[in-house]
Amino acid sequence: MSQVPDTLRYTQTHEWLRQEADGSITVGITDHAQAQLGDLVYVELPAVGKALTAGDACAVVESVKAAADVYAPLTGTVLAFNDALASAPELVNQDPYGEGWLLRVSGDLPPDTLDAAAYRALTESA
Amino acid sequence: MPFIPHTADEVTAMLRAVGVPDIGALFDEIAPGLRIADLPGVPDGLPEWEVGALLTERTAGDRNPTCFLGAGAYQHHIPAAVWQLVSRGEFYSAYTPYQAEASQGTLQVLYEFQSMIAGLCALEVANASLYDGASALAEAVLMAVRANGQAGRRVLLPRALHPAYRAAVRGIVARQGIELVEPGFDAQTGRSVLDGIDWTGVAALAVPQPNFFGVLEDVDALTDAAHAAGALVIGVVNPLALAILKPPGQWGARGADIACGEGQPLGIPLAGGGPYLGFMACREGLVRQLPGRIAGRTVDMDGKDGFTLTLQAREQHIRRAKATSNICTNQGLLATAATLYMSLMGPAGLTTVARQSHANLRLLCERLCALPGVTPAFSGPTFNETVLRLPGDLPRMLDGLLERDILGGLPLAEHYPELADGLLVCATELTPPAACERYAAALAELL
Repeated sequence: MSQVPDTLRYTQTHEWLRQEADGSITVGITDHAQAQLGDLVYVELPAVGKALTAGDACAVVESVKAAADVYAPLTGTVLAFNDALASAPELVNQDPYGEGWLLRVSGDLPPDTLDAAAYRALTESA
Repeated sequence: MPFIPHTADEVTAMLRAVGVPDIGALFDEIAPGLRIADLPGVPDGLPEWEVGALLTERTAGDRNPTCFLGAGAYQHHIPAAVWQLVSRGEFYSAYTPYQAEASQGTLQVLYEFQSMIAGLCALEVANASLYDGASALAEAVLMAVRANGQAGRRVLLPRALHPAYRAAVRGIVARQGIELVEPGFDAQTGRSVLDGIDWTGVAALAVPQPNFFGVLEDVDALTDAAHAAGALVIGVVNPLALAILKPPGQWGARGADIACGEGQPLGIPLAGGGPYLGFMACREGLVRQLPGRIAGRTVDMDGKDGFTLTLQAREQHIRRAKATSNICTNQGLLATAATLYMSLMGPAGLTTVARQSHANLRLLCERLCALPGVTPAFSGPTFNETVLRLPGDLPRMLDGLLERDILGGLPLAEHYPELADGLLVCATELTPPAACERYAAALAELL
């Protein structure tokens, strides 16, 4: 059973979002998504300062036999990316909501994201 | 599965299933002129000995001239063992067997090939080969633009780089929004010059070593200039020359970022233009942008060495539109030949061939330039090729040489109008002093 923390927001495409105290938004992929992909071997992230448009591909996660796009869950600007993933992409598998975060983005939390219950329902029906 | 042609019964059953009366009716949509018919000049079936006699008769007119023609394809000695081994059924199959569990030998050969190419280039990784030198350069250009995307989409391809390579690159990348700029060369030295180049938006500089004129470029200065401008450096090298020249990985302060070239000098015979063998190597930091296949070494569950294709997530069957390139195969058989050639020659053997080729070229130049009116076109140092200026009617002289069983070289007029009297000549270990003397004597008669 994959973890779906109650404190986060989610997208239909398996990204999670967390509003930070400074107003920025941290983005990652869900436990469900990492489990589906299997062992990650590479994560390709956008540069700091890159403008993101909600719904566009903004990063790529690669496992041994698949490469999947990560879609920007909001429109905004990249403030930071998780440097540690360059040498340790497995952090996404081990701790998708913590050490395995992908991006920190400036922008507004979109209203159409899912809450934990809705996302749980999405993954269970899939 | 029995590999037996269809029986008459099977043919009848198939025709009935698709609802046509006979084979002719099956193909009646194809215009008669396009169907296989009798070919004039090709006789009906002959007994084997008659075919043999016919071939002998027809090859009698062929001669075997001494080759002083290089220009990207070089005649070197190939130890007999190379093709004896390459032709074994395990390598010489109709299709490249890549299932790791079924083809450890093939994968190990590719791994060894990569290791040797990376070693020759002094770069960290190499792929399992590409189609030929020109397409390898085109892939290197695409790779450099991807890897250095922020810099821009202009690439410098010096005019002193092989004209056929420049044409191939243009054909492959022209529609991808990449602008190709061609820096000129110094009329005295024959070396590429970057004077007056606008470095704005330049993603990469290709550095040929040796260049098309056989001249050795000042690779350190070119590399440092490109890096200072934020451009990547693509070394386009003759792998055999690397046995005695500084490898691309050590050019300038930081080394070239990518190296590529034509592997034909490594055990591939001159065969009417192909198939040839492209190779490519790069710094480890660029490995995810490296096109083509990479064979890797690992260990199995029992800890035994095993080989497998790796980094496949770059390839089009997984990444589709985002794949690193459309190259999804390699030149396996010729990479096998090159691997065997390099293993049999060893570092000392490659060095001997390279030194001997260079020594023979020097002797050839000395002899030819002793003739009235024959002068070297450039002052830059050379490896195994150089441009000479000849007085008089160049095509007539080349015909005259051919009548004397000497393939004299490549006239440059077509590609370099400013070198209309220029002849590109080449020497290898197969053009020893006696052959050079013979060339000089023949040319003396024709001048």
